[in-house]
Amino acid sequence: MSLWEFLETYGPLIASGTYVTIVQFLLAAAVAVVVALAAGLGKRSRNPLIRGLAVVYIEVFRGTSLLVQLFWIFYVLPLFGISLDKFTAGFVSVGLNVGSYGAEIVRGAIQAVPKGQWEAAYALSMSPAKRMRRIILPQALVLMLPPWGNLLIELLKGTALVALISVTDLMFQTRQINASTFLSAQAFGTALIVYYILARFIITPVMRWLERVMARRLGRA
Amino acid sequence: MRFEWDWDFTLEILPRLLVATGNTLLAAGTGYAIAVVLGLVFALAQRTPWRVLTVVVREIVEFIRSTPLVLQIFFVFYVGPQFGIRLSPWTAGMIAIGLHYSAYLSEVYRGGIESVPKGQWEACRALNMSTRDTYVRIVIPQALPPSIAGMGNYLVGIFKDTPMLSVIGVAELLHTANAIGSENYRFLEPYTLVGVIFLAISLPAAGFVRLFEARVRRKLGL
Repeated sequence: MSLWEFLETYGPLIASGTYVTIVQFLLAAAVAVVVALAAGLGKRSRNPLIRGLAVVYIEVFRGTSLLVQLFWIFYVLPLFGISLDKFTAGFVSVGLNVGSYGAEIVRGAIQAVPKGQWEAAYALSMSPAKRMRRIILPQALVLMLPPWGNLLIELLKGTALVALISVTDLMFQTRQINASTFLSAQAFGTALIVYYILARFIITPVMRWLERVMARRLGRA
Repeated sequence: MRFEWDWDFTLEILPRLLVATGNTLLAAGTGYAIAVVLGLVFALAQRTPWRVLTVVVREIVEFIRSTPLVLQIFFVFYVGPQFGIRLSPWTAGMIAIGLHYSAYLSEVYRGGIESVPKGQWEACRALNMSTRDTYVRIVIPQALPPSIAGMGNYLVGIFKDTPMLSVIGVAELLHTANAIGSENYRFLEPYTLVGVIFLAISLPAAGFVRLFEARVRRKLGL
């Protein structure tokens, strides 16, 4: 079967898988950004309880495998009374995993904001919350965007694992096609190319564009 | 009371999981050995005077880095037989994971080589050193210390990615935990233990990498 015939027959299935992958990516990215901000700020907190929670979260999720976390959240968490359906368990696991790496990026970027900015905000007697929101975070955001670009590609790759708990994403559909047709090169090859296009021609340019927009808004372009 | 932790069951399955931990470490070590060598090939291939080779290798590295490892594992495992090449799960897994991480390591090496000051190259040129001597005696020794942190991180990274090999049936930790879980209809202990074993290895390993880096830096007087 030529590649063209293959795409004609299985194109719709691959397209529906790609759609699920994109939805999983967006939801997981939202979870990752929120959790990374919370943990990154939490690790700088003066309250030892909050700091401890942030450190434990970061170390546990960075120290174990995404696949193990995914299985744990999907198969073990229900025993504690928290049942997530496979779709939710998928993007929550990927988001929590990537968020632990993102937390370090957030923390690093906040620390990299020049000391004079902190002192100036202090001199203007801004409250700590206001100082963070109005002065520090906007500048940290510009610093953290490039590493987030790389992390989002890791996140996209991570979403391929949700197929293993039967979320019908691109990876899942590809395996189904492979199992029913044995056209492995066409099926897996097409999926590899789709992931590559998503990463290289959608995520990367969007992040570059965001970097430019943010830099301009801070008057640095 | 399905969520009650069963210590007897834990002790019963622990030996099996520890054997599987050995397999996981073996897989990580083998994959890493492939990646260290192949990564250097990728990095050096991007520094040759032949433009075409440089561009092609660059694209291959980008492609490998932006596509999921699980998919690459499936690809290597299933596409071979279609063309008459049968690979065992272990071989296919090692090729896939080694290739994946060699793309990452080539970037680490590239950064290291680029961090060597230009004057060093010029000095080698002035001393009439061969290209081989320039790399082996001058550039690589200086490119190594800044690469150690990255290399160490990817060593821990490859270890954490080995569970993906379970999808093609390599009997590593997660595969064994799956088997134990479905034999006994208990997933709490096996999956939790796998998580604990991963933490118990990767946290000290990450600390050790940091210590090792500091030591190399001190030894080289940096």
